[in-house]
Amino acid sequence: MNYLEFEKPLAEIEGKAEELRALARANPEMDVEKEAQALDAKARKLLRELYANLDPWQKCQVARHPDRPHCKDYIEALFTEWTPLAGDRNFADDHAVMGGMARFDGRPVMVIGHEKGHDTRTRIERNFGMARPEGYRKAIRLMDLADRFGLPVITLVDTPGAYPGKGAEERGQSEAIARSTEKCLQIRVPLVSVIIGEGGSGGAVAFATGNRVAMLEHSIYSVISPEGCASILWKDAERMREAAAALRLTAQDLLALGVIDRIIPEPVGGAQRDRKATIAAVGEAIGEMLEELSGRKPGQLVADRRRKYLDMGQKALAS
Amino acid sequence: MNWITNYVRPKLGSLFGTRREVPENLWIKCPECGTMLFHREVKENLNVCTQCDHHMAISPRDRLRALFDGGAFVEIEVPEPVHDPLHFRDQKRYPDRLKAAQKATGEKEAMLVAEGALGGVEVVAAAQDFSFMGGSMGMYVGNAMIAAARRAVERKRPFIVFTAAGGARMQEGILSLMQMPRTTVAVEMVKEAGLPYIVVLTHPTTGGVTASYAMLGDIQIAEPNSLICFAGPRVIEQTIREKLPEGFQRAEYLLDHGMLDRVTHRKELREELITILRMLLGLPPAVKGDLPEPEEEEAPQNASEEAKEQAEAKDGGPKAAASAPASEAAEKPKR
Repeated sequence: MNYLEFEKPLAEIEGKAEELRALARANPEMDVEKEAQALDAKARKLLRELYANLDPWQKCQVARHPDRPHCKDYIEALFTEWTPLAGDRNFADDHAVMGGMARFDGRPVMVIGHEKGHDTRTRIERNFGMARPEGYRKAIRLMDLADRFGLPVITLVDTPGAYPGKGAEERGQSEAIARSTEKCLQIRVPLVSVIIGEGGSGGAVAFATGNRVAMLEHSIYSVISPEGCASILWKDAERMREAAAALRLTAQDLLALGVIDRIIPEPVGGAQRDRKATIAAVGEAIGEMLEELSGRKPGQLVADRRRKYLDMGQKALAS
Repeated sequence: MNWITNYVRPKLGSLFGTRREVPENLWIKCPECGTMLFHREVKENLNVCTQCDHHMAISPRDRLRALFDGGAFVEIEVPEPVHDPLHFRDQKRYPDRLKAAQKATGEKEAMLVAEGALGGVEVVAAAQDFSFMGGSMGMYVGNAMIAAARRAVERKRPFIVFTAAGGARMQEGILSLMQMPRTTVAVEMVKEAGLPYIVVLTHPTTGGVTASYAMLGDIQIAEPNSLICFAGPRVIEQTIREKLPEGFQRAEYLLDHGMLDRVTHRKELREELITILRMLLGLPPAVKGDLPEPEEEEAPQNASEEAKEQAEAKDGGPKAAASAPASEAAEKPKR
């Protein structure tokens, strides 16, 4: 278990319980179970309390937790006949973006998402989920394909942001993002997005301009990272706690602002503590959102999406 | 204006009472070549350095005055967005930052939208103001783009936007990010109506603005040496830890990499936009006498002769032929 900074007290209690049990294994005559169970109960209570009151910066840490299920995990668990489709037909295949056809509940769909990787090798291969223009252009191509054959599009968003690199800029990072957002708005099939971890700025919008947008309970979606915001507005990247709070980047605030449509609850202690349950909950939400949109005419789907974004921003948060 | 206000040295200016439009400092130092330039000359040259052609910032109002025929335009009202929806506060409160920007610029927000005639063609134009909180795109700018697009569609007019922005307005959090899809919808409306959408990228255009309406033009023109990017050069240097090439992310660099149609000097922009628009709209070439007051000066016979000649000249050498009337055209609408 990778403990986050604010989970330290929890780590201590769980560590103690584990120590006790290890001791008992070494000395079979010792009876520690009662004591260990008391510690377990204490840990459970603390975990519940911690996660019921996460502040925005803590949520950022949870959203970025390395053990959270990633795009690949969802694809493997929720879809059948997964058929990855590669390349932007211009320059390269971007491994930060997974894309392809699959069946969801037996029904063919197009799946597109950011993949961060789960260990050093895969993280480097996936560029930590930071897409280059080729990733967005692959997405555009796949959305076009989905549009032609009437496949609903499901996007799974989990990115720190688009990759700020020399080549990425030279090959038109901004144009690629702009066209991807434009494509999201144009397709005549349902587009359902789930922010599963980090929704980092333009790199997220390019996939998440959907008919329905859901967020996992402890995921974040923001115009800029709290660190970036702190270094610009506070001239000090260490003020990210204040920046995270000011940016209102939590799923709860975004729902109140009318930017997203629903929140998918996470297990107590976050998605990383029960990956299976989290994946199942996301699957259920995707199913429901697709159901809501089924039977809508292509023109209506496009018009609804437009209306949704044109009307956005009427609500303010209570102070 | 009389000769005294025109020619007194800076320090004496105060003795003659305060005149708002003449800044205290009558001399401007070109940030590029360091030459001291007389403020009136610079203004007449559309804030382009008369020595080295460096393009300095120009206010949206001056920009639109230089664009439209005779400098005449009518502002289009932009619906007011919800005020400070996040109750954002960094070291200052967001409403205080807004007020300070309003006071410093004399403008309400970071984008000015207007309509008027351009080479006799009625157009809608919007200009972004980098001096207003870095030209940042918040809900107001989104509303401005939508208002402009709606007017363009309603009256079947082309839409020209002059961009300048540091990106999205952080103080509006996620709602500023949502202006990316919102402004994209605005662009879609114009394109769907079969109307030209022309983007003029000016220094600097970065972040979420570049990654939305600024890169979706039917025609993409940039002013010389403008910084145009998604991630800024400092962020990239920190990420890849290597020095970036000379001219990286500047207009000419983007032109070389296929991201722009043209890089055009500010003084030639008006003429170029007229030429492009008239072609896209299937109109005959602009006639020279046509430019400042198009309706009146249509001398039937001669004008069409002249038009033909001009069209021929352009076929031969587009740059040379186009630049001559451009400077004339740009000078006239000044007052």
